[in-house]
Amino acid sequence: MYRYKQADQRLVEDRVAQFRDQMTRFLDGRLGEDEFRPLRLQNGLYVQRHAPMLRVAIPYGTLAAYQLRKLADIARRFDRGYGHFTTRCNIQFNWVRLEEAPDILAELAAVQMHAIQTSGNCIRNITTDPFAGVAADELFDPRPYCEIVRQWSTLAPEFLFLPRKFKIAFAGGVEDDRAAVRFHDIGALARVADDGRVGFEIFVGGGLGRTPMVGRTIRDFLPREELLNYFEAILRVYNRHGRRDNKYKARIKILVKDLTLEGFTREVEDEWAWTRGGPGCISDATFREMEAFFARHDYAPAPADDPGYLAALDGERAFARWVERNVSPHREPGYAVVTLSLKKTGVPPGDATAEQMDGVAELAERFSAGEIRVSHEQNLVLPHVARRDLPALWQGVRALGLATPNIGLLTDLVCCPGGDFCSLANARSIPVAAAIQQRFDDLDYLFDLGPLELNMSGCVNACGHHHIGHIGILGVDKNNEEWYQVTLGGREGRHAALGRVIGPSFAAGQIPDVIADLLKVYVGARHEGEIFIDTVERVGLDAFKARVYGGAA
Amino acid sequence: MSALIRDGKVIDENWQWIEGDVPRVVERLEAGELLMLPLGVWLAQRPRLDPLCAGVWLGPDDALEALLPWLADVPLVAIHFPLFTDGRGYSLAHLLRRRHGYTGELRAIGDVLVDQLALMAQCGFNSFSLRADQPPAAALAALVGGLRSPWPGSAVP
Repeated sequence: MYRYKQADQRLVEDRVAQFRDQMTRFLDGRLGEDEFRPLRLQNGLYVQRHAPMLRVAIPYGTLAAYQLRKLADIARRFDRGYGHFTTRCNIQFNWVRLEEAPDILAELAAVQMHAIQTSGNCIRNITTDPFAGVAADELFDPRPYCEIVRQWSTLAPEFLFLPRKFKIAFAGGVEDDRAAVRFHDIGALARVADDGRVGFEIFVGGGLGRTPMVGRTIRDFLPREELLNYFEAILRVYNRHGRRDNKYKARIKILVKDLTLEGFTREVEDEWAWTRGGPGCISDATFREMEAFFARHDYAPAPADDPGYLAALDGERAFARWVERNVSPHREPGYAVVTLSLKKTGVPPGDATAEQMDGVAELAERFSAGEIRVSHEQNLVLPHVARRDLPALWQGVRALGLATPNIGLLTDLVCCPGGDFCSLANARSIPVAAAIQQRFDDLDYLFDLGPLELNMSGCVNACGHHHIGHIGILGVDKNNEEWYQVTLGGREGRHAALGRVIGPSFAAGQIPDVIADLLKVYVGARHEGEIFIDTVERVGLDAFKARVYGGAA
Repeated sequence: MSALIRDGKVIDENWQWIEGDVPRVVERLEAGELLMLPLGVWLAQRPRLDPLCAGVWLGPDDALEALLPWLADVPLVAIHFPLFTDGRGYSLAHLLRRRHGYTGELRAIGDVLVDQLALMAQCGFNSFSLRADQPPAAALAALVGGLRSPWPGSAVP
């Protein structure tokens, strides 16, 4: 993991003092609401439906055990004993008091954390694959590049008042993109050129929200040393020319569309021509320094076929199921990557209590070199677990209620806080998620259905990423009533696609039946071994529509 | 009355901000008045201007390329922030200072607030015409205590 240098530490401490001063001036009236708003947003502080919400940054989703303990501590002392992990790999506290926000930031600074740029029209938290650095299918570890971009984008003075928010994601794998890079303002996908040079394919203009778009390739191969020069060129073109007259048309995707990809690319390349090969290039020494922070953890040799582990697999069905769904291959033989499910039926997706956070921190120390990751599917990941420790870890995870064996299955659904908390939402999402989880609680059925992503958002801002769910649910408002629109066919990864609306929207109570109908069509039509989304792509939407609407739609 | 800060000191305002196309600018300049002219006026009148007295100001969507041939002679370039949340001026400042080597006075005008001064300075502004309600003492403090990106080279030297 990256360890703060003196400059990083001083920055987060000075930031607390700066924000405390701004908060004081706001509370005593010297700083107006309009002037304070961007300042508090750039420190992650929203004014929400019930109380202010504080969003804390978890850079590229990586946490140390002591940091997770601090989050638990904050949840207990400043919130109602829990936090919500988001699709941007951050954590939100939904019940903080406005005037206490600086104190919380001070607590965070003591463990090298902050809330800088978790909101506002600036470059947001960088995200990546939660399996980065340990995935068996990775080309190279994207985290050193995430850290470089984190540092560069933190308080980048030119880019703190962009037309709109700006999200960047990295992925290190070629086959499997677990960071949804094609749905970011900038996405960077690891590439190694024929001559061995390391770099990235760069996507631009992807995003969800009310105008969802799949990002387009702006450069097939960008050598890694040009990363910041090129990002700066993109950001500068966007900062100067992005629309500022309408916040719904202010994201970079609209600029790319207006200029056409070719026109936008020309602007960026002209801008880049000024800096290419110049002092903004990242030096080899910097890469080495950053890579050293993320150097492979010193794995003690561990047998892949530990007898105790094999015996547990044979003897304990629940354990075997958990291993099947929640344990992934690790690049190191004898090790595994373990996903802890924050999707237990009846618990709002992504929520974790202070006790659970403390418990996970302890398990991470015992079994995962003290490291935890947050995935954009709102689960937690222990990245360095010896296979022989899996039975003991499972017992610990089960005791915390985080061992639901549903990773990648229907009930591992992604969901925003929705109308229960968020002042933007048109509809509640958590009760609908709970109804779906309750209806499809039968593990045999879930396992038979296989991989299926269901994403739900409470409004068009799409924090629940409904467009890229195989099944997507969007809360809409019709005459002050909550309705839910269903989309089908969304997908992340190499074959990224946006879901299409299947027809008129439904009342909340109808949603579990609608899902059941969609699943019946799939089960009837699937080929041997074909997953849900592949069946949808093969047979098209009509069969699904006919079933759901009885031919009426 | 808005305060003016230049190079870390509160100074008396010396330039008049001419917002549009007003008559007799050449005569006024010849009479010794210090005027900041809109880019369009400045370009149109340039052959007849006393280079020492004619400052120029840019709006956020002005193309600064037209100004480049005369950068060495311009005594003052101001950049207008119609709203403090409009960040285009930061890019213009960065380009003038770092790319095009402008070394004269670079002034922020318009919705110029204490909490953004350090960022403006890091992008190359060295003078600030504060919005009327902004306290000069707080502005001076903000310029001394500004936070910086941890990435080396993020600010204009």
